[in-house]
Amino acid sequence: MKFSESVACPDCDLLQHIPPLEPGRKSACARCGRTLVKQPTGSRDRPLALTIAAAIALIIALTLPLMALHVVGRSASTTIPGAAYEMWLQGQVLVSVLVLFCAVIAPAGYILFMLVLLLAARRTPVPHWAAEMLRWVGHLQVWSMLEVVMLGVLVALTKIAQLASVDPGIGMYAFGATILLIPAIMTNFDRREVWQRVVWSSGEVTPTPLAADNARALR
Amino acid sequence: MTAPVITAAQAGLVSCESCHLVSRPAGAEEPGFCPRCGEELEFRRRGSIGKTWALASAAAICYIPANPLPVLNTISPQGSDADTIMGGVIFLYTSGSWPLALMVLIASVMIPLGKLLSIAYLLISVQRGSVKSSRERTRLYRIVVIIGRWSMLDVFVDTFTVAMVQLQPLMSVQPGPGVLFFAAVVVLTMLAAESFDPRLIWDPANPGELSDA
Repeated sequence: MKFSESVACPDCDLLQHIPPLEPGRKSACARCGRTLVKQPTGSRDRPLALTIAAAIALIIALTLPLMALHVVGRSASTTIPGAAYEMWLQGQVLVSVLVLFCAVIAPAGYILFMLVLLLAARRTPVPHWAAEMLRWVGHLQVWSMLEVVMLGVLVALTKIAQLASVDPGIGMYAFGATILLIPAIMTNFDRREVWQRVVWSSGEVTPTPLAADNARALR
Repeated sequence: MTAPVITAAQAGLVSCESCHLVSRPAGAEEPGFCPRCGEELEFRRRGSIGKTWALASAAAICYIPANPLPVLNTISPQGSDADTIMGGVIFLYTSGSWPLALMVLIASVMIPLGKLLSIAYLLISVQRGSVKSSRERTRLYRIVVIIGRWSMLDVFVDTFTVAMVQLQPLMSVQPGPGVLFFAAVVVLTMLAAESFDPRLIWDPANPGELSDA
């Protein structure tokens, strides 16, 4: 869907008008250069398909062992929640909670909220509780650090490989898939388009006289 | 550029940080709530400079014990061995994986320090009302926000090392007190970056002037 809109740059507050954009094009702030809008390509169903795939991959990544270690006839394996739990047992409670939040709760919450949100966004107007979720998605995204966790696992693997033989498990492959799928959801999801169709917290359905009022102020 | 160059605040409007709707505030002091998404509206993030200074100072204080304190203790029949963050980097380097050693060095030592210095520079320049190189300072802010998360790397490395190497009585690894301080540095600098308002960089600029664009 193409439409024009007036926005203030989030980084420098400059008011500017965004013209209708072709899919794949983006617009940047005239003063500070911040990307204001990226118009996604592809159909409205693509982010939903990607989110379902990411949900499946994340469930596998969180439940199956990431890696198994073998040394002199003994073996050990771990999952992401299992690693956070081990930190808890070792007395590092705060670090354990932080790891659990960044590696499990934030990404799982992000995918769950996106799933519900995308299903709700198939209706017009989009119900207001979906807008509430859209707000939360932004906060969860900041603390979802799966790609950093992955690099951390790889460094730990390299260190341990000096002492014992280590094999990556199925969880590791699913983990890799999740890391590729999450940014794909972000680039394909048109949050601006959802905001345009949402029921306002004032109870009105867009567009309202207020939006027209703003447009006049900009001329 | 022939369009009028004016910020939302100068036009008496307020932009929602959550859904980016530009709306007319309820009042000049208390702008009220976004009519579309319901988020509390603010012309500029409230108490931004004070809050950012407080969080960055707390991070700087935690940074001091984070480096000399051990992050991992390796216990084996031969005795126990404590490793700091730099010790981990040196171990990776000497065991032949210098690309990983470099990555950990950048993520755990250079990024936190660079972030603290960048945030301090941004705060001081805003407090002095600087109008110079605003575009570059805004870019510096964006870099701080984007790369901040990567300094969590060492916390995850330590967590997975501890979780995997539990082969009592042969060998076991326990987390050291340094890991808590280090995690605090990362979280506090991330919160500091979020509480800083980049629009303050541009507020001293002359209205009606599209500087260096």
